[in-house]
Amino acid sequence: MTWLLALILLPLAGALVVAGLRSNDRLATLAALAVSTAELALIVPFWLAYDPAGERIQQASSMEWIPTFGIHISFGTDGISLIMIAVIALLVPIIIGTLNSTGKLPEGRSAGGFLSLVLVQEALTIAVFAATDVFLFYVLFEIMLIPMYFLIGGYGGANRQYAAVKFFLYSFLGGLIMLASAIGAYSLASDELGQGTFDWATLVEVVRDAPASTQIWLFLGFFLAFAIKAPLVPFHTWLPDAAGQAPIGVTVLLVGVLDKVGTFGFLRYCLPMFPEASERLAPLVLVLAVAGVIYGSVLAAGQQDMKRFVAYVSIAHFGFIALGIFAFTPQSVVGSATYMLNHSLATGMLIIVVGIIAARGGSTRISDYGGMAKVTPILGGMLLIAGLSTLSLPGTNSFISEFLVLLGSFETRPVYAIIATVGMVLAAAYVLWLYQRIMTGPVRGDALIGAGGGPGTAVAPEAGAKKAIRDLSVKEIAVLAPLVVLIVGLGFYPKPVLDTVTPSVEATLTAVQER
Amino acid sequence: MNVFLAQQADRIEAPAIDYAAILPMLIILGAACIGVLFEAFLPKHQRWPGQVVLSLLAIAAAGVALGAYVGDSPARGVTTLSGTLSVDKPALFLWGTLLALALGAVLLIADRSIEPGGAFVAQAGISPGTVQDRAQVGSTGMQTEVFPLALFALGGMMAFCSANDLLTMFIALEVLSLPLYLMCGLARRRRLLSQEAAVKYFLLGAFASAFFLYGLALLYGYAGSVRLADIANATAGTDRSDTLLFAGLGLLMVGLLFKGSVGPFHTWTPDVYQGAPTPVTAFMAACTKVAAFGGMLRVLTVAFESTSWEWRGVLWGVAIISMVIGAVLGLTQTDVKRMIAYSSIAHAGFLLVGTMALTEDGLSGTLFYLLAYGFTTIAAFGVVSLVRDSTGEATHLSAWAGLAKRSPLLAAVFTFLLLALAGIPLTSGFVGKFVVFSAALSDGMAPLVVIALVFSAVAAFFYLRVVVLMYFSEPAPDGPTVTVPGAFTTAAITLGVVVTLLLGVLPAFALNWAGAGGFALS
Repeated sequence: MTWLLALILLPLAGALVVAGLRSNDRLATLAALAVSTAELALIVPFWLAYDPAGERIQQASSMEWIPTFGIHISFGTDGISLIMIAVIALLVPIIIGTLNSTGKLPEGRSAGGFLSLVLVQEALTIAVFAATDVFLFYVLFEIMLIPMYFLIGGYGGANRQYAAVKFFLYSFLGGLIMLASAIGAYSLASDELGQGTFDWATLVEVVRDAPASTQIWLFLGFFLAFAIKAPLVPFHTWLPDAAGQAPIGVTVLLVGVLDKVGTFGFLRYCLPMFPEASERLAPLVLVLAVAGVIYGSVLAAGQQDMKRFVAYVSIAHFGFIALGIFAFTPQSVVGSATYMLNHSLATGMLIIVVGIIAARGGSTRISDYGGMAKVTPILGGMLLIAGLSTLSLPGTNSFISEFLVLLGSFETRPVYAIIATVGMVLAAAYVLWLYQRIMTGPVRGDALIGAGGGPGTAVAPEAGAKKAIRDLSVKEIAVLAPLVVLIVGLGFYPKPVLDTVTPSVEATLTAVQER
Repeated sequence: MNVFLAQQADRIEAPAIDYAAILPMLIILGAACIGVLFEAFLPKHQRWPGQVVLSLLAIAAAGVALGAYVGDSPARGVTTLSGTLSVDKPALFLWGTLLALALGAVLLIADRSIEPGGAFVAQAGISPGTVQDRAQVGSTGMQTEVFPLALFALGGMMAFCSANDLLTMFIALEVLSLPLYLMCGLARRRRLLSQEAAVKYFLLGAFASAFFLYGLALLYGYAGSVRLADIANATAGTDRSDTLLFAGLGLLMVGLLFKGSVGPFHTWTPDVYQGAPTPVTAFMAACTKVAAFGGMLRVLTVAFESTSWEWRGVLWGVAIISMVIGAVLGLTQTDVKRMIAYSSIAHAGFLLVGTMALTEDGLSGTLFYLLAYGFTTIAAFGVVSLVRDSTGEATHLSAWAGLAKRSPLLAAVFTFLLLALAGIPLTSGFVGKFVVFSAALSDGMAPLVVIALVFSAVAAFFYLRVVVLMYFSEPAPDGPTVTVPGAFTTAAITLGVVVTLLLGVLPAFALNWAGAGGFALS
């Protein structure tokens, strides 16, 4: 058994245990925390076993599933999936650790049920990144929706049913279209080889030599699925709803990790399998990417709700990632691949901090806050760190990625790069403005000062007393500390990540440029 | 005169009958006849146990006979009874499917624990609303004729799947339809609705049969024979009237599509599914669909393969209409049974996509789809029969709100079945869609496949809606109760769920069996 299989199976087994303990919330939380920490520990040997100079896909394991169609259950990892798997394993214990700080679950719902779904989600997401059989990838891509659907629909905010269904249908439709393309690739392979297969490496060999017209159709099927997942404008409308309604931990998983399957799919499937189509349709994708950067930034600035704010920020960042991928230069693609990791760290932290703020203040409306740093200085500092990483300040992890994306894409696509740079400026504006509105100035806002009525009503004089709002506890700081360390650490020393990712990126690009 | 007769007697030989091949069908039809005798001669209180044992034994025995025959059946199949029946690999697969599904349906029919006395009325002849009718709601008797009727219908379906000429097919069609018309009218509760369903089904079904017969006559005029293989030979020549051929085929297909509840010939489906007693609905939804598509596959493959270019365009349209009607109207339904009815119309569209492919993969894919869909549907109707309030089954969707809180197991099972109907991976529904669509795609029907996938997603919406209701809504204060099912219904639901899961996770065995061989072309 490879480390990779252990990483997939451990959370599944853990989920069973946690589900069994769901009558006792405390015990269930402890068990889930133990399982997810053990999972994180497993990452160490997993990462060490990976040899960047070695084969393209490592730790491979395979087993026959449906022989009639040449379908296997096969897993393996390259540098890009490695870092994504690592970041999932990192985020899940943090989510569990901050569960009580980021708001209560709806009444009558047990933490055990919630956490076992989170663990299932973790296992499935790792498996998606690790799948090396296209059919298996599709299966996991769709199956992954089910725990997320129940997490949003069962534990989310007031409008959770709508958000859950919308999320599911968008992704499901995209997945189905991808299935059509996958079957198309399969029948190409069975014409070519006489025997059909869904093995990723074999399909890449066969499909990349297909005529351009065929490639374009197949590419579009995969692209649509990933563009919905990632999400690129105009396929993004489900994300603000889903991210806004989901409980904080789930939003972290959704925005931080699940959506990366989309950009990961561009790198793993679209580029190597359909190099010619990728090249021809790149302008289209770049337009969507840059539109996403600008659109996401502008809308982020205009949001009243903190969680929706984060969703739009992410849409802008996904635009950056897509820009880097479809600029086809080594720097830009390496930038995008590392951005996938760094965005998870930065946005993950931002969402958690926002969740803590919202839980303390009892509101997610930005206008309900003001001058909060005076009451909770450490929380303010955390928001600042997360925000600075989000706006890619030099010295934080995101900077190097965004810089590489812009540098690389400037070589081949200067116009798009320049427009995207505007997004960088906007990012500074909307992040700092958010911080300013929430944290600086005199203490104000309904969330911080006991108000007599709802927003807009005249505040009764006796209701002006400050609410007792705690700053972060030592435990909460300890849980957030790894993220802070990584954000700053990778900002100054990104080499381990770059070294891990670069060979895989180069292999991907050679496949494109060999034609 | 005597000399003439004597000469004739010399020349007419009794047709050779391959008893081993048709034994499963003979067992079922024989058991149905015995069942009728039971009705006549057994005292009332012994009828129910007698019929249940007889039906289950008959299905089991037919299954054993089938299993014994499959092993060494000739690869090309055999035709027997003067070439009227063709027992080939697809026919055997369809028989196996029908028997297995009928087992589930008979288990549901036999259940008497959910509704005291069973889902069937004691005296179907009493008019609804009268004093006698109100009195018999409380009685625990039931019309046990439903068992032999089901067996006759099953025998008809088996004959339908293996009929090698159109006349045999027509007779089989009637044998399978007439008992179903009757069975629809036997519901214990909501007698008027049930009788309306029966009449509607009968009238429309009679029309469809007439269409079929008319088409048969035209095709006979075209080919000079009703045998499928002869029609195929006739189409090879160019000297005959295309008008007769295509008018005949068109009318024939109307009859077949009606039975398969393919839109736009679906109008009976929602009303009949809703009005019929739920176990009968399960039987119809699963088995009739198998028989209808089995017949359609054979007719199209054996007789009309060479003209497929001419008719395929029309069937494209029919498939799209069916998917649109099923998926879009399904969204607006407020009754669980009607919703599953529209879902079955959408599924009929998907099945038609595979049926049209006329390749080996298309055949095996469609066969697999039928097997998968049948089991899921039987289990789904089994679950529907458990959710009840004081007036019987609570099929209105609003009654299902918050069901997960009250009975998590039932909600989980139904969710799984809905996901299978929606075609989510790791369920049989997904594998079925996958094999059918991949066959269609490699046969050059990419646009149709994309349309089908889009409507799969649309249809997923109304399945999800029920999941949302069950899990995320607050239960109504005077909501329905979930009856603890008796052994029979539990067995039927378990069978359906296990097969749905098994075919989703390990489909290789069934796929191999479905792909064992093609139709006998003689």
